[in-house]
Amino acid sequence: MLLLKDVKKTFSQPDGSPLPILDIPEFHVGAGEQMVLMGPSGCGKTTLLHVIAGISRPDQGKVRIDQFDIGLMSEAECDRFRAQHLGYVFQTFNLLRGFTALQNVLLAMRFTGRRVDKARAKGLLEQVGLGHRMTHRPPMLSVGEQQRVAIARALANRPKLLLADEPTANVDSRHQQQVLNLLRETCRREKVALVLVTHSPEVAKQFDRVDRLADFNLAAKNVGSDAEDSASDSDVPLSPNPEF
Amino acid sequence: MSLWNIAWQNVRERALSSILTALSISLGVALVVAVLVIHSTIDRAFRRGAQGYDLIVGAKGGQLPLVLSTVFYLQLNQQLDPVSYELYKKLTSGPLASAVELAVPVCMGHEYKNCAVVATNHDMFDRLRYGNDQKYEFAAGTNFRDDQPFGAVVGATAAQRADLKLGSKFRPVATGLERTKHGDKGHEEFTVVGILSPTGTPNDGAIFINLEGFFRCPAHAQRQETSAAPKESAENETHHEHHHDHPLSAILVRTRIDENPIAAMLLPDEINRNTDSGMQAMAVKPAIVIADLFDRVIGNVQLLLLVLSALVVVVAGMGILLSIYNSMNDRRHDIAIMRALGASRAIVMSVILLESILLALGGGLLGVLLGHGLTALLAPMISSQVGVGVAALEFRTVELLLVPGLIVLATVVGYLPAAVAYRTDVAKSLQAGA
Repeated sequence: MLLLKDVKKTFSQPDGSPLPILDIPEFHVGAGEQMVLMGPSGCGKTTLLHVIAGISRPDQGKVRIDQFDIGLMSEAECDRFRAQHLGYVFQTFNLLRGFTALQNVLLAMRFTGRRVDKARAKGLLEQVGLGHRMTHRPPMLSVGEQQRVAIARALANRPKLLLADEPTANVDSRHQQQVLNLLRETCRREKVALVLVTHSPEVAKQFDRVDRLADFNLAAKNVGSDAEDSASDSDVPLSPNPEF
Repeated sequence: MSLWNIAWQNVRERALSSILTALSISLGVALVVAVLVIHSTIDRAFRRGAQGYDLIVGAKGGQLPLVLSTVFYLQLNQQLDPVSYELYKKLTSGPLASAVELAVPVCMGHEYKNCAVVATNHDMFDRLRYGNDQKYEFAAGTNFRDDQPFGAVVGATAAQRADLKLGSKFRPVATGLERTKHGDKGHEEFTVVGILSPTGTPNDGAIFINLEGFFRCPAHAQRQETSAAPKESAENETHHEHHHDHPLSAILVRTRIDENPIAAMLLPDEINRNTDSGMQAMAVKPAIVIADLFDRVIGNVQLLLLVLSALVVVVAGMGILLSIYNSMNDRRHDIAIMRALGASRAIVMSVILLESILLALGGGLLGVLLGHGLTALLAPMISSQVGVGVAALEFRTVELLLVPGLIVLATVVGYLPAAVAYRTDVAKSLQAGA
């Protein structure tokens, strides 16, 4: 359901020279599939998620979600498409502090152009165990609770694809597994494909498919920190070549 | 969840800043409202002051001094020349009477405790009207009668200022030229027999005494010998009642414009041509003189005040710009989140503009309430000083213009921060906030 073909993305360096971040001949995720994307800090994982979500435009290449090529959409169409068909869970939750848990979920529904479904929003919050905290604002929620609100928000519009950028990185170890289980179970129940970015081997081990960005991103040799965490990566079995 | 809800939530999140910004707008709007209230009050006082009669007949001279003295009881340095009582008789029972429905004589030039004292007859309140053809009402007592030569009626504001109640006695004191002519000889004592209900006209600040008693005062009583030769026509018949030869300051005339329109229209010319007894008279239409004064002078001053008040609102509007613009740095991340959730550039821009409009309208509403409330609080003081009633709680249709005006202002000042929101780089801002 997700296909990237010949996607390239560069950024400008301070001296003006281009720095290739992404050079992906092909990348594919099936409908309902749950997979992990690994790589060291700065290797382009977040940039890849942004390109998939339409937050950033690739310099060239095709990004297709189901039958929709988001590269052919205008920015406004892309924004609307993202609201309707994609969910995004951020590392730092990115909830709006001035809005309650329920309002944060409703906000995600607001930009689809469709009617806001308050019942679904409440149902999702109850599913993630926050039925009693709907009227609380993020500062009044624990870190784990905030991430659960973020998950409910990401699923609000019944997306086809959910992108999670290191969703457990800022959650204490005690609740990391809870969050992960919640995410996976909810995606499974809602039949949502999941692309989860992490550099935690413990998280990656739990998935059937684990891809390393460096394996299919030809620009990988130009990016990544010198302190690449190769030791932790080597503990994680890689997935077979992805289907095209 | 509408965009208005989102904007409102954002305003609430920055509660203190929002309140202070709205307050600055409210002060500017309150000033505009206060100017409008005062403008309306003065406009009404000016235009109502000379309603109920069509002409003021006085001695030839300046029209404006005649109107200012007669209608507003202003004690001008330039004393008016008198007009003959003969002319009054012509208007009431002589050759000019066919065009006149009512003529009310007035004598001025006296005061009591800084309130103008006007000598007149009971027709002033029995038959004259004010405002929109309103009858004079009495808060206490009644109008003086013919058999009460030393009766007095006091305006609502004058009663407070001069501390006069029903039954109070007082002696008017001559001022200006009257004092020069007649010295400081005190008048007979007059007794208050009636206190007027507020009218919103200069009559509120004046004291009215019976002309009969005024003429009986030794200072005013003079016997004018008529010439031995009879006058040529009955129109020039004179009276020998000594006090009725005393000249008048002015005569208020209501013409028979409905019953005898031609005669009524020709009356001013007739009067202007009158040269009897060497006293030349003129007939002035006070409504025209007042409208001219208002439009040329007072209206311009008030327009200037209104413009200045509007400028205060505009300056306060800059407060909205600063408040929202300064918050944009802190809010780039929030804007990026909304964009990441699917909000288009136009939507985030609209949210910022709506915040600006909410602040402006909120401040505007508070300002309207504040403006009316403050003028209502100050109304009694203003009325007692100026002698004009202030309708502070009356809402004027022109105030509705505040709504589109504030929306336009908010849109203009909100544009810059909204443009910042529009141009927010989502990926960079998300990374920066991470």
